[in-house]
Amino acid sequence: MKSDKLKFLIFCLVVLVLPLPLAKGYLTNVLIFVGINSMLALGLNLLLGYAGQISLGQAAFFGLGAYGSGVLTTKYALDPWLSMVLVALVVAGFAFAIGFPVLRLKGHYLAMATLGVGVIAHIAFNETIDLTGGPSGLSGIPNLSIAGFSFDSDLKNYYLVWSFALVVILLCLNLVNSRYGRGLRAIHDSEVAARVMGVNARLMKVQIFTLSAFISAIAGSLYCHVMTFISPTSFGFNISVELLTMVVIGGLGSVYGSILGALLLTLLPELLRTFQDYDIVVYGLLLVCMTIYLPGGMVRGIPALVRRLVPARSGNA
Amino acid sequence: MLRLEGIGKRFGGLTALQGIEFSVTKGSITGIIGPNGAGKTTLFNIATGIYPPSEGKVLLEGTDISQFPPERRARLGLVRTFQNIELFGKMTVLENVMVGLHTQSSSGLFACSFRMPWQMSEERRIREKALEWLEFAGITELADVEAGTLSFGKGRLLEIARAMALEPKLLLMDEPAAGLNSRETAELAELIKRIRDRGVTVALVEHDMDLVMDICDALVVLNLGTMLAEGTPREIQENQAVITAYLGEE
Repeated sequence: MKSDKLKFLIFCLVVLVLPLPLAKGYLTNVLIFVGINSMLALGLNLLLGYAGQISLGQAAFFGLGAYGSGVLTTKYALDPWLSMVLVALVVAGFAFAIGFPVLRLKGHYLAMATLGVGVIAHIAFNETIDLTGGPSGLSGIPNLSIAGFSFDSDLKNYYLVWSFALVVILLCLNLVNSRYGRGLRAIHDSEVAARVMGVNARLMKVQIFTLSAFISAIAGSLYCHVMTFISPTSFGFNISVELLTMVVIGGLGSVYGSILGALLLTLLPELLRTFQDYDIVVYGLLLVCMTIYLPGGMVRGIPALVRRLVPARSGNA
Repeated sequence: MLRLEGIGKRFGGLTALQGIEFSVTKGSITGIIGPNGAGKTTLFNIATGIYPPSEGKVLLEGTDISQFPPERRARLGLVRTFQNIELFGKMTVLENVMVGLHTQSSSGLFACSFRMPWQMSEERRIREKALEWLEFAGITELADVEAGTLSFGKGRLLEIARAMALEPKLLLMDEPAAGLNSRETAELAELIKRIRDRGVTVALVEHDMDLVMDICDALVVLNLGTMLAEGTPREIQENQAVITAYLGEE
């Protein structure tokens, strides 16, 4: 318990000082997206890594959050903070409503159903041109501001996004180490045994799906205000796959794993510029290699690797 | 305590159970026996709500629970263990039992995320209670072991500790002695008697006749999906129909 708090405080400190040496560099901009992706990956990890329910439609909730905020603030001149809250609640309500029929499905069928939600949302972003601007995108979204202080630079946005991300991380850490988190993991390991133990599996699955949609919608709202321009390509199927890759690479069922996954997969495209059009192939390969060679993800795999290598070295000496 | 009335179950054209009718008396240990394929596990699955009966009623203390899902039956005090042990393999032994305390705690999504003060004290209470149940089953030293790595015998004890954590009125055990050696079976018999002495009614499906005759107060015999006989262990041992079903006709 004590060491968990310490870990989180150290993490906060790292987040706080990280951009200082980078100043106004391009990396600060990348780190903003690491923050947004961390929130998205965490939302999915709650569902996939803890409750054991797959979703290939996370980009839909992210996109609904972004477009919801984007449209409300540009077309209806609503206050950005108010629209962020409204949109997140509506998206969560939507997830709750579709959660009951969708989460009755298991395995491949659940993957297909959530994939369907993602595809439908993507088509909607493209086709409702009057609202979203269609494929050419929606521009002129205002930056967020508090009492006249506008988040109009990378550094300001970095602290804005990461304060949200840190709150989400803290809440997720609390949640997974609680009665509720144990219930989710029990459903993951054996749903029938969990139900016999009095765990209301159906309701909890829908609740965690709703929470994950809520977090994704908030991340979407932040994204649109940071970017000030959004287009449907940012919310397509490949984004859902990218999120899935982050969660699996970082480590299923590990909060810090999701952040590590988000960091790696956000930096990776920057490093692999040449693969740009083939990024989904690289993600696919990464997923396959990870599930075969490091099924526990980076957060568990790397310490295990180190443990295996260290005694071998001392044996040689 | 538990009453089954005219229970029948068909899977497609196959009749697995028909006309099953008996009661489990409060405070007793009732054994359900019968040759393989007699429908014992099917009956357990109906009693615990894994699937509904095709006909008939399941009554728990007079309440018709036939259509209740398993989680609701658990809250009413009807809990079971599984033949092949259904543990939460990636969780520790202690955490498994803590899940068993789910029905006796109430912190939801919000209380847990925001770590409300009452949730923290509830969490401490859950942990203490869970440790008590580990002690009851004699597996305290395994508290921090991952449940998936336990031996079959220890896994069985954990499953019982976890079920007891719900403080059930009625505990249904599906072949508790399956896969246990003779020493473990003897320990299990003692544990089941201790469970009854705590005021929990027990019903078990079992193949180990020595165990059944030793601990059961009443027996129900199933054969080919129907009731063959009902009575005390002594009566059953002398029942001609039962002997024929087990040993075949001369």
